[in-house]
Amino acid sequence: MPLNLKDLGIHLAPEGRKNIPDPTVLYDLIIIGGGPAGMTAAVYASRKRFRALLIAKDLGGQVLWTSDIENYMGYQYITGQELSKKFGEQMEANPIDMQMPDEVEMLKVEPGQIFRVKTKNKKEFTAKSVVIASGKRYRSLGVPGEREFLGKGVAYCATCDAPLFAGKDVAVIGGGNSALTAVNDLLKVANQVKLVNIMPNLQGDAVLVEKARDPRVELFLGWETVAIKGLDKVEAIQIINRKNKESRELKVQGVFIEIGLEPNSEFAKGVLLLNEHYEIIVDCSCRTSVIGIFAAGDVTNVQEKQIIVAAGDGAKASLAAYSYILNRGA
Amino acid sequence: MFIKDELVGQVKAELDKMTNPVKLVFFTQEVECQYCREMRLLLEELVPLSGKLTLEVNDFILNKEKVEKYKIDKIPALVVEGNKDYGIRFYGIPVGYEFTSLVEACLMASTGESGLQPESKNALKQLNKPLQIKVFITLTCPYCPQAVQLAHQVAVENELVTSEMIEAAEFPPVAAKYGVMAVPKTVINETLIIEGALPEKEFIERIISSQTSNQP
Repeated sequence: MPLNLKDLGIHLAPEGRKNIPDPTVLYDLIIIGGGPAGMTAAVYASRKRFRALLIAKDLGGQVLWTSDIENYMGYQYITGQELSKKFGEQMEANPIDMQMPDEVEMLKVEPGQIFRVKTKNKKEFTAKSVVIASGKRYRSLGVPGEREFLGKGVAYCATCDAPLFAGKDVAVIGGGNSALTAVNDLLKVANQVKLVNIMPNLQGDAVLVEKARDPRVELFLGWETVAIKGLDKVEAIQIINRKNKESRELKVQGVFIEIGLEPNSEFAKGVLLLNEHYEIIVDCSCRTSVIGIFAAGDVTNVQEKQIIVAAGDGAKASLAAYSYILNRGA
Repeated sequence: MFIKDELVGQVKAELDKMTNPVKLVFFTQEVECQYCREMRLLLEELVPLSGKLTLEVNDFILNKEKVEKYKIDKIPALVVEGNKDYGIRFYGIPVGYEFTSLVEACLMASTGESGLQPESKNALKQLNKPLQIKVFITLTCPYCPQAVQLAHQVAVENELVTSEMIEAAEFPPVAAKYGVMAVPKTVINETLIIEGALPEKEFIERIISSQTSNQP
């Protein structure tokens, strides 16, 4: 089935103004991450006339791959790309330095409460304060075949890769909103979709559960995926019933793994206190266990992983960093 | 209409950064081409937004000379040509997320400036053999433009390099040949395969090491 090009429209990347970062400067603030929390923090930092630097892989973060958003105030409906673009435009009007695309690999506290970050592109920057808003990424299943068949039938981005599975049989692993959205994306092109969830029910929103009720969707609820099999590409998955231990092999050419997210907090390990899910522990002012380092959005232990909450916390973190710098002096 | 009214201003503002003329050399045919017509419409909407853009339409069957000159092997195809042919190619229609890559390509071909980091530019001077980069994408992939644009930047920076965006869903046999089951997927000189979008530094390192390790 060809894509409806008109529906697809065109998309201009949310660019932000790319002010060149300066490794020789001691920044007031370094913001790590370009999702709603990081972008909001950047706008607040710019308006406080902070010498600030944003280090991010992209602008938009998880919002970029969220198709429909119906709960961000001010918009009854907006796509993730459009909302990211609007955030980007607001950043452009309130520019700060940007190191992008890049990722932070190391965070170090140096004498005088100076923070040093090292990036994947081997750049180093220093600052008097840091806001970590590095968000979350897809979690992997951790079963045999998963890594081996990455790009050979194992996929983590249904909107990206669904068009490559036209007329094929595929499995979606998971039962939350992202799994159900993947089912929806795949129903547009694939032949049969097998939805395999380790839990005995679906955790996603009722609206999405209803959309996934389709004769071409076969549900395997309470089944655990234990292996992905094939020769040079995916040919089947092995699943086991959690109750009666029955084992089955499902013939599929694609496996979309949609089992939620894990925080991008590796660089904070050993520096900041994390909880058992490796989320950065913050108080209600976005303060972490280290004075001068703040955190906001999905990378923190704040319960609600929502765009509006992340954006709000991004503002709080930036303002908290501002008053910290004021009181710190120099 | 691809470029909606509310985006026209923004696209124009981007294209205003162009310094030298750019020719969009388009290859098409009347029949048996899924998105040839749509791609032509897209380009016809884009060209009037800058005084520095022109469009040249070539028939893939009839215009053999041009097909050979630009080494075009499938359609729809687009060459974004500035003062010279930098090796920037689009196979398939660059709408959805890839529209940004098209605008970026126009800017690069116009200014001749790749925008790569100084260290990347330096590293690329080591290249001494032709390098062909194919980046497979889909139009619904938010990670793909990063890979496409980086490959195009490398092509602008070094004249030994050509860089092709290939929309995988439009060319199923090509996608099947290269085993494209996830995007972006980058294939360099038919042998080196990169799954996913790499940061600039890592991508350049992979390119350089692919050439040096191939040396006899």
